[in-house]
Amino acid sequence: MKPVAFKYHDPSSVEEALQILAEKENSKILAGGQSLGPMLNFRYVMPDHLIDLNTVPTLDFIRLEDSIFSIGAMTRQRTLERDSELKRLCPIFSEALQWVGHYATRNRGTIGGSLSHLDPSSELPALCAAYDAKLVVRSVRGDRIIDFRDWGISFMTPNLEQDELLTEIKISPWQESHGYAFVEFSRRHGDFAIAGVGCLIALDTNQNVKRIAITIIGVSSTPVRLFEAEKAVIGNRLQEDLMAHFDHEISLLEASNDAQTTAVYRKKIASTLLRRAINQATHRAQQGLN
Amino acid sequence: MKDSRKIQLEINGVIFERMIETRMTLSDFIRHECGLTGTHVGCEHGVCGACTIHLNGQAIRSCIMYAVQAHGQKVTTVEGLCQPDGSLHPLQQAFKNQNGLQCGFCTPGMLMTCTAYLEEKSDPTEQEIREVISGNICRCTGYQGIVNATLEVANIKSTNGGA
Repeated sequence: MKPVAFKYHDPSSVEEALQILAEKENSKILAGGQSLGPMLNFRYVMPDHLIDLNTVPTLDFIRLEDSIFSIGAMTRQRTLERDSELKRLCPIFSEALQWVGHYATRNRGTIGGSLSHLDPSSELPALCAAYDAKLVVRSVRGDRIIDFRDWGISFMTPNLEQDELLTEIKISPWQESHGYAFVEFSRRHGDFAIAGVGCLIALDTNQNVKRIAITIIGVSSTPVRLFEAEKAVIGNRLQEDLMAHFDHEISLLEASNDAQTTAVYRKKIASTLLRRAINQATHRAQQGLN
Repeated sequence: MKDSRKIQLEINGVIFERMIETRMTLSDFIRHECGLTGTHVGCEHGVCGACTIHLNGQAIRSCIMYAVQAHGQKVTTVEGLCQPDGSLHPLQQAFKNQNGLQCGFCTPGMLMTCTAYLEEKSDPTEQEIREVISGNICRCTGYQGIVNATLEVANIKSTNGGA
């Protein structure tokens, strides 16, 4: 249970980190280390070079400019959970973060680390999917801005080249009266979710759906937005008869199948959680309108 | 490829300076290099919480962080909780009063988690305490004594401090 011998790098700037990343083969970025740390101890990951971003002070920030949140990749999960502006404008963050690891791991774990690790049952990618987040990725070759829907390529594989680094996440909050909910199911608190659902809903004055975003985690290899069903329910009142749209789209997902949890069961759980999330988010949206 | 560095950090008010391999975990540094065996190592992959310590006042897992990352920073371990005269920290006393420990393996991690949380929130609810210690595994007590002990300190604090 000890990591392989690696060369440790502690860059003091993003530029320095990018330079090392570009030059050194088999290098790995260390963010909060709450997933990479265990993987190193188990020797699932055996890097020759470990590049620690904890010594780069400029990646830890939450800024609200022109109604868009810019969040530095090294912002700790616990900071996101407690940020008052984020709580006011994107309350789903604080709700979803209750499900992320535990109190002590959230003190270290970062948003950039979660997104780059891209565990299928991870919560922060679900939120970025729901908000159509834009991710700023840098390398010595230049910068890219990636739409979150193009981020997840496959199981734990983000759209990131070996020399690239995720530095910033941009989130556009919804109108202040929107409803939200994040629910998930796992065998024990803090364990990997069998399924989870994030939901954002804005209603018009007739209580019909004006805007909706539904993300499912834990079921497929990457977080999934139910775009087709979302489109189908716009302009309607969300009642049980409309749930068939979501159930249908969930049924089409290629779900993970393992010894403990079958694909069928995961989808069943997702459908149940979906109803809970939609009910709660609708209720909150109605309260916001009154 | 052996990669070594000289690091210096403060643990419980004492400065430790050592030459170490950069892959050494902070928990191994605390136990093997500094001889402070109060910090326990259970699962070694961040799940059981036994190795929880304070880094600059925050509760963190020392088994999935490297000692080199703590260079120049302040660490508190369970040995640093008691008073200089050896008398127990209020939470340690409450663990004793409430039977908050049996075999004692999880206790250092429980104490470090709960003392950090009580610094943040002096009047937590029972539910909040249960949420916080969900990251620390105890196989003896059934958690009730630990929850009671933390509530005991929270009540004393909120009565005295008017939090």
